[in-house]
Amino acid sequence: MSGMDVKELRIIGFLCNWCSYGGADSAGVARYKQPTDMRIIRLPCTGRMDPLFVLKALLGGADGVLVSGCHPFDCHYTSGNFYARRRLQVLKSYLPVLGIHEDRFEYTWVSASEAAKWQSVVTAFTDRIHELGPAPRLLELEDMPLRFKEGMDIWPS
Amino acid sequence: MAELNELREAVAKVLPDVKHVIGWQRGYHAVRSSPLFIRNQEDLDKLIWDRTCYQNLASYLTSTRGERVGIIVKGCDSRSVNQLLQEQLINREDVVVIGVPCTGVISLDKIRAKFPINRVKDMQVEGDELTIATRDGEEHKLNRWDVAPDKCLACKYPNPLIFDTHVGEPIETWEPKQGLYARDEEFDQKSLDERFEFWRREMSRCIRCYACRNACPMCVCRDHCIAESRQPHYQSQEADVREKFFFQLIHAMHLAGRCTECGECERACPMDIPVLLFKTRMGKVVKDLFDYEAGVDQTAVPPLLTFQAEESNIEEKEW
Ligand code: SF4
Ligand code: SF4
Repeated sequence: MSGMDVKELRIIGFLCNWCSYGGADSAGVARYKQPTDMRIIRLPCTGRMDPLFVLKALLGGADGVLVSGCHPFDCHYTSGNFYARRRLQVLKSYLPVLGIHEDRFEYTWVSASEAAKWQSVVTAFTDRIHELGPAPRLLELEDMPLRFKEGMDIWPS
Repeated sequence: MAELNELREAVAKVLPDVKHVIGWQRGYHAVRSSPLFIRNQEDLDKLIWDRTCYQNLASYLTSTRGERVGIIVKGCDSRSVNQLLQEQLINREDVVVIGVPCTGVISLDKIRAKFPINRVKDMQVEGDELTIATRDGEEHKLNRWDVAPDKCLACKYPNPLIFDTHVGEPIETWEPKQGLYARDEEFDQKSLDERFEFWRREMSRCIRCYACRNACPMCVCRDHCIAESRQPHYQSQEADVREKFFFQLIHAMHLAGRCTECGECERACPMDIPVLLFKTRMGKVVKDLFDYEAGVDQTAVPPLLTFQAEESNIEEKEW
């Protein structure tokens, strides 16, 4: 199934201002065909990328989240993407613990000159999310009674 | 376990040089203990040292930063002290650490699961057997391993890793009862959907009392916790399952590579939510990726506060 001809899913892209955002922009200027599911949020650097942004998006109803920054050694701030890589990998490895498929999240590096690479990344990621389908939703439980600890010891009378 | 008298002597020696020494006293019944801030001889007489000394007192250290205090630590608690030092959240010269080797404490939660303990009158300990008498005249005999917290069953560090004064003999050979938390293995067997549903049910019971956060020795932001901050407004005050789940994920993410798995979060939770599971699973992720364990080496840098240009365990992905 291709992301191009089916109902859109919700995909959030966090893109570094200096590289991937430029790359995506060039891809647009060059009129490369791309799926339209992704909503892009621009970051000053992937070093600003708090893993909680991803979790907030996923719990809030996103079906997939992609983070893209400058290639290692190409960071505008020297090391932002190196820190990001550790944090984002921790998050990715942790998602299965929450019951979320780790493929719903990906991080990668695309430079400002790689318009064609951006096109293939966004297409491949969108296809992947479409294959996984809509993410499970955190619906409220109506029948959940409040239960305190079994035999909670209150102050003895 | 080391003798109480020896411990008292050690505390007495430290007392003149510090504001207070943090230890344990008998709580409001025989299986409860409370923290004790020892300032003088009278306080010192209240000090206890037994299997009810479960609380990790390291949680109090950051609130007296800048003042010299003493603290009594078990092996596991000493990891928290190490971690606080590693992150420079406390100064080494401000703390006098009195270390005691420990052969395990008991878990109120596990005792509660066996019988309601709001009427406990007395506890007798004989070897591994605990006899708990309640006010209604009943006697409950328990094996202490059946009511030991999971962290004791998996304990690797019965001896303090850091101390200025050591009380008693170090424990020489020590076989933890089981290598890993049994329930974690059980959890790992679940499918993704089952895990999601598991957390949905567990988290929906959370009352957002923040006891888990407040009990945590490594949660040091106090009034600046992003769960309550309006600027930025990360979380609303609503009590829906999404906000509650997200709050736990904040805790887990902010403790990645820092959590010493002391279990205080779960012990403090009044709703019986297995929040330690979030952290032990995170601990495994960090261990697998960076071969790192929090609070073991005082001079190490926590893995998320550093990086390597070439990461040995992170694969570069091709697109
Ligand atoms: S998160 Fe829980 S187990 Fe980890 S350090 Fe804090 S209180 Fe201890
Ligand atoms: S202690 Fe338990 S009920 Fe309170 S906020 Fe933490 S998880 Fe929720």
